[in-house]
Amino acid sequence: MNKVQNNKAWFFILPVIFLVAFNAVIPLMTVVNYAFQETFNNNIFTWQGTKWFENILRSERFYAAFGRQLLFTFIILLIQIPLGVFIALSMPKKGFGVSICLVLMSMPLLIPWNVVGAMWNIFALPRIGFLGHYLALLGFDYNFTQSIYAAWFTVILMDVWHWTSLVVLLCYAGLCAIPDPFYQAAKIDGASRWAVFKYIELPKMKKVLTIAILLRFMDSFMIYTEPFVLTGGGPGNATAFLSIDLVKMALGQFDLGNAAAMSLVYFLIVLLLSWIFYSVVMKGEDK
Amino acid sequence: MSLNLTNISKKNLFETHIYSSNLILEKNSINVLLGPTLSGKTTLMRLIAGLDEPSTGKIYFNEKDITKDKVQKRNVAMVYQQFINYPSLTVYENIASPLRVLKHEPDFIHQKVIEVASLLKLNNFLEKRPHQLSGGQQQRTALARALIKNADLILLDEPLANLDFKLREELREELPKIFTKRDCIVIYATTDPMDALLIGGNTIVINEGKIVQYGKTIDVYKNPSDLISAKVFNDPPLNVFESRIKNGIVNINNIEFHLSKSVSKNLSGNYKVCIRPHHLKNKKEEIDDVEIEGKVRICEINGSETLIHFDYNKLNYTSLINGIFNYSIQDTVKFYFKPSNCLIFNSNNKITV
Repeated sequence: MNKVQNNKAWFFILPVIFLVAFNAVIPLMTVVNYAFQETFNNNIFTWQGTKWFENILRSERFYAAFGRQLLFTFIILLIQIPLGVFIALSMPKKGFGVSICLVLMSMPLLIPWNVVGAMWNIFALPRIGFLGHYLALLGFDYNFTQSIYAAWFTVILMDVWHWTSLVVLLCYAGLCAIPDPFYQAAKIDGASRWAVFKYIELPKMKKVLTIAILLRFMDSFMIYTEPFVLTGGGPGNATAFLSIDLVKMALGQFDLGNAAAMSLVYFLIVLLLSWIFYSVVMKGEDK
Repeated sequence: MSLNLTNISKKNLFETHIYSSNLILEKNSINVLLGPTLSGKTTLMRLIAGLDEPSTGKIYFNEKDITKDKVQKRNVAMVYQQFINYPSLTVYENIASPLRVLKHEPDFIHQKVIEVASLLKLNNFLEKRPHQLSGGQQQRTALARALIKNADLILLDEPLANLDFKLREELREELPKIFTKRDCIVIYATTDPMDALLIGGNTIVINEGKIVQYGKTIDVYKNPSDLISAKVFNDPPLNVFESRIKNGIVNINNIEFHLSKSVSKNLSGNYKVCIRPHHLKNKKEEIDDVEIEGKVRICEINGSETLIHFDYNKLNYTSLINGIFNYSIQDTVKFYFKPSNCLIFNSNNKITV
């Protein structure tokens, strides 16, 4: 059969090209534009080369924010993943309890992020808010606007409350996909609860768990709204994570060159870490 | 060694899954549990395994009451329709797992694993993980896991249903050989009458939660105790006709014929007359064969056999003929059957011939 040679195929991918262009490429390129040039009034640009990048990569401020960010993400994952798996395992598999649990679990996810921040701000107000009041009654000197530890504690507690459900829902979906005969077979073998978890549930949850960790990693690494509303990055710079620091630099100080360079570095870090994590976890999969 | 179910039943609030049934299975026997989907095969197996407790009745094993014993205490093994293996363990570890739980010596375990693996032709895959194997190999691994611990009772719940045609035939052929040398009771649940006939042994016919018939497979096939048993055991479906018999002369749909001489001449009344599809042939073989002139409705050729649905006088007939016959729709074809091949049931469904 004779094949017709023409370029019609381009028409089919044109919509995608437009979509991706408007969605990703053009916004990214404006940032790139700022990252290599100096801007003045009237949109006059002068070429600066890699000056802004050198600035950023030499600044202590960036590394401090990056360190805080890593620590925050690490703690978040360390708490949310095991807790999420544990809650998913203890949720009922059938009966009316299922829908109750699912609704309860999805509640935090349905609340807008700035509302979560505002909610927790009021909830944790020293001596006035519910949490602040009872922590004070118990004898804790708790004030998240002044103490660094209290601020971190509150931000982490808020994030755990807000996002553990996502891990729970993903793991629960993974657990529900395990056919009942797997459990029967384990029962017939006389396997212990721990063995069932280790040899059946965990391997079967591997894929959803990877996705949960990836999502939670990216989300927590780019967290902005909730800590911004709750602590505003304070006290001092104690909870100024990368994105909060970035906004301070871009909009607070209007230091567009540095901010653009930092955005790009930030973007590349997220991309790199996600890629490393994904390829490490998926390595054993397609042998 | 024998397994004795006495007045076993299983019901929940809303429905009865198994009606009170009795069953005695002898040692070293392969028992095919034959019934359509939702007939209660899996429920009965779960009761026998000890995964569920029966609502009424007792289960005796070697005369000992084991009704209340949990599944771990009974020495049973089970294989399912889905391929159930531990996903993160190698084939070797999967096969070894039941013995590991029982805390046997590593040397003994190794020897047993190699023995069972070679029986199931898994020697070359011992270091692989289940998801790297084909469906047939995965099911072989599951079978090996069931065989290794010398269970008294091996339950196979439609083990071949998820395999493709070729693998199913291959494994179906091997299964009886694998189990004959063992000192255990095997129960094999299936929806396919062909499985029962090829595996042999005994057959338990179950339908809508009731055990309909139990006996040697070939006897159950040849002499179904009632219409339900006959229907379950025939695929393609049995031709069943309401008919009038008068002094040994049958009248189906205005076709009249004499029953074979052995049958009482006095037989009269309304009966159900059944003809197995493969007893309806398109050649006359004996002088007293009965002729039906049918109009072809559908003609399906499946390899070496032809399945023909035809109409005669407003009734539908199904015929399965060896060989390939390419009839067109609306062709008129003459079919023949022997009166002696008819199965006759009365209104109580009990066979009278």
